[in-house]
Amino acid sequence: MWEYTEKVKDLFLKPKNVGEIKDADGVGEVGSITCGDALKLFLKVDKETGKIVDAKFQTFGCASAIASSSALTEMIKGKTVDEALKVSNQDIAEFLGGLPDEKMHCSVMGREALEAAVANFRGETAPVEEGEKRICKCFDVSEEKIRRVAIENHLTTVDEITNFTKAGGGCGECVPDIEAILRDIWSLKPPEKPAKPKKLTNLHKIALIQEIIETEIRPGLQADQGDVELIDIEGNKVVIALRGMCTGCVMADVTIKGIQSKLRELVSDDITVEALQ
Amino acid sequence: MKPVYLDNNATTKIAPEVLEEMMPYLTDLYGNPSSMHTFGGQNHRKIEKARGQVAGLIGAKPEEIIFTSCGTESDNTAIMSAVSSQPQKKHVVTTRVEHPAVLNFCQHLGRKGYRITYLPVNGLGQLDLDELIKAVDDDTSVVSIMYANNETGVIFPITEIAGILKERGVLFHTDAVQAAGKIPIDVGHVPVDFLTLSGHKIHAPKGIGALFVRKGTRFHPYIIGGHQEKGRRAGTENVASIVAMGKAAELVAAYLEMEASTTKRLRDKLERELVKCCPDVRVNGDTVNRLPNTTNISFEYIEGEAILLRLNEYNICASSGSACTSGSLEPSHVLRSMGVPYTAVHGSVRFSLSRYTTEEEIDAVIKLMPPIIKVLRDLSPYGREKIACPPE
Repeated sequence: MWEYTEKVKDLFLKPKNVGEIKDADGVGEVGSITCGDALKLFLKVDKETGKIVDAKFQTFGCASAIASSSALTEMIKGKTVDEALKVSNQDIAEFLGGLPDEKMHCSVMGREALEAAVANFRGETAPVEEGEKRICKCFDVSEEKIRRVAIENHLTTVDEITNFTKAGGGCGECVPDIEAILRDIWSLKPPEKPAKPKKLTNLHKIALIQEIIETEIRPGLQADQGDVELIDIEGNKVVIALRGMCTGCVMADVTIKGIQSKLRELVSDDITVEALQ
Repeated sequence: MKPVYLDNNATTKIAPEVLEEMMPYLTDLYGNPSSMHTFGGQNHRKIEKARGQVAGLIGAKPEEIIFTSCGTESDNTAIMSAVSSQPQKKHVVTTRVEHPAVLNFCQHLGRKGYRITYLPVNGLGQLDLDELIKAVDDDTSVVSIMYANNETGVIFPITEIAGILKERGVLFHTDAVQAAGKIPIDVGHVPVDFLTLSGHKIHAPKGIGALFVRKGTRFHPYIIGGHQEKGRRAGTENVASIVAMGKAAELVAAYLEMEASTTKRLRDKLERELVKCCPDVRVNGDTVNRLPNTTNISFEYIEGEAILLRLNEYNICASSGSACTSGSLEPSHVLRSMGVPYTAVHGSVRFSLSRYTTEEEIDAVIKLMPPIIKVLRDLSPYGREKIACPPE
């Protein structure tokens, strides 16, 4: 049971500004049905004054997503586009009297829809997604977004990043990447890494690969009901077989690449990982 | 306002008869059953009576019942016992749709070096028994498969599974927390080795469970300490709750007939009417082999938490497999394992009835649900062209 404020409950049960604007001057659409929430924002802008004369929304999502969307439209109506852009996700959360930590991503979604709608109004092309580095594959979150949200909201832990962007809340594979980004932003000291052994005998190498698969790789996969089995090691080629939920998973290639980079990091740079079909 | 409680797979109301039966042990009769004096010692007899009542619910012998603190403890105990009594075997088989009490325990064993096979389910939430046969080998120490699923109510062919495993000499544990008291269970005809029961799903209080361990099965206790439960589960007995669970088991056995007729009829009515008057819905899971009290319905293009909170305004209690209600960002592992599309997983609602559910309550939900669905669909950017909810 989420602890929602009266304001959240009120705007969820009696949302304001629901619907679409047929001849909207700007439309912004963020999120997706797969991720569990999505928001489509419509703006009507007075050409002379630059003021937002009307704002409407359509939202797929939970109570806090609907309330955040409704709050956003209330906050930006009557403002100029430039003034509206000053509305941050924190402002949306404050307008609602606060949101549960785990629901802060709803306020971030509001802010993103606003940016997208204004960009659309100004005739700017949508920010180029191609060049961006996608960190969280489960919820499709870019490095740029993680950095921006982290700085705007002073987030220092992975849990906070997950609450605000959902990144890291799925398979958890990107958690080390998020940690690295946070270290980079806040100049935190990286944890001591086990030094990579210099020269390995074959016997040592095999033992090390076995140990890393058992202790570092399998637990993560099993947490998602997948698994991996070490089949053979020929020189620097490690042959594995994916098991459990990993079998036939669309993300199998990503998983294999992940195992390879882990082994390269901890054993030797020239390791290649291949999966039995 | 009295709640319309349609979340009985989560927990149930304590039956008034059960409360009455346990009350003396919360007030005057507080003695320790292990004591030498009559005041405490007499409680021992009540525990043995309760053991007989619980055994009666599943056709077991009283000495095959061990009282525990909850279903989770029973699950953990059974699997751990099977594994530690056969230290040479390193393989455990379960399914992808188990309750976390089994699933996460198996994952825990996986991290300790055990090989775990998670059997998949098909679109109806059913197992392929050939997969089970293929999965089991000489290294398999135990198979743990739930009797019926908590989210969808889908019943697994436990008799058949138990037969397959008995033939191969593999220990079999079934979590019957959801099935017990809803459908007949008879361990006399189903050769399971371990079976888990929970008190609060059958109108006893929370904090009491039981584990059936078939006579002759090697057993290793999970909680070590005093001699209680013949050394099989240490810790001073929760006398009041044990008495309650005994009474609840006796009552629920007497109501099995009603479950299969009245409760099932009300569930079917609710499901039929909701499917009829809300467009873009789907019923999740095998509707033939299913608990009589459960229905899991997906309302496409809208999100489950929003539906639940709207129902909450009318004091109607249900649950959802949506990510937003799980406390994590991932939606129901059961529905995802069944291949239910994301559009439908997020909008899934589970209604679970009990013998206390009335026709008026079901009628109220049937009346209130379509406008709630319509309001949320009007809010949603998806599936707009399809909305055609009939006017009231």
